[in-house]
Amino acid sequence: MKFAVLVFPGLTCDLDMYHAIEETVKQDVEYVWHTEADQLDQFDVVLLPTGTSYGNYLRPGALAKSSPACKQLQAFAESGKLVLGVGNGFHILVEAGLLPGGFLRNKSLKFRSAREAVRVENNNTAFTKDYTQGQILTLPVANEFGNYYADEQTVKELKDNNQIVFTYANDNTDGSTEAIAGITNQQGNVLGMMPLPERAVEEIIGGTDGTALFQSIMNNRGEQHVN
Amino acid sequence: MTKVTIYVTLRESVVDPQGIATTEALQKMGYEEVKNARIGKLIELELEGSQDTIEARVNEMCNNLLINKVIEDYRFEIGEVASK
Repeated sequence: MKFAVLVFPGLTCDLDMYHAIEETVKQDVEYVWHTEADQLDQFDVVLLPTGTSYGNYLRPGALAKSSPACKQLQAFAESGKLVLGVGNGFHILVEAGLLPGGFLRNKSLKFRSAREAVRVENNNTAFTKDYTQGQILTLPVANEFGNYYADEQTVKELKDNNQIVFTYANDNTDGSTEAIAGITNQQGNVLGMMPLPERAVEEIIGGTDGTALFQSIMNNRGEQHVN
Repeated sequence: MTKVTIYVTLRESVVDPQGIATTEALQKMGYEEVKNARIGKLIELELEGSQDTIEARVNEMCNNLLINKVIEDYRFEIGEVASK
């Protein structure tokens, strides 16, 4: 299984994501620079790491739309293959129109780096099968724009289609609508989340609750082959 | 040259954390008459090209990049760039 870590200028946590794939699921993984993304279809999964793409100018994630990689990413997602965006990668997925909603500055107006209790709201996705429904994970967050916003109609659609995958279990410190921490698209092949699973794959860095997410992706691939 | 001034505001349904902090700061400074502050953005574009298509082109720019309609509203004014 081949993973791409798609890197836009200013996405600084590409190494963490690369390392997580290399160490946890031990699969082929390559960095793909955004101007060289014309061969994305040779990969099985595209990962968007966190960071501060384009300096977060205009809105977080917005200026990625000016890169040809944005259209290539849209085409990749439409083909049904898996796309995971974390942190600023989630912002890019929203701005690229691959996920609904928008992001506001944190309610605290502060950049927040912390560990959060995150509840698995839907373990029936390609990304969460190895978790149990309702499981509480401890995952790091590090953001200034973690305040996810969706209007009532969008929230209703997210709920009706089981697209809310993760919520903050205890404190919704950043002020996200419905305490949302992660959502998929309608088809379920694109996941965006503010918590950072790639920073929770080894005890030495403070926990392994992110590991099962990457294992789920691997196991999902197995199931697709059976079908 | 044409100058387009775009006013970007947060949609009414959206809570504005900066606006709330600013409201509280103003009240603490003695401006108790302030009941609400909302903070937006101003984007100024200088453009060349046909006057006929400016409005459509700017709407397109707003929809494609400048605005996220989920959280923001916008309006714009079209004028002349002041000669230097």
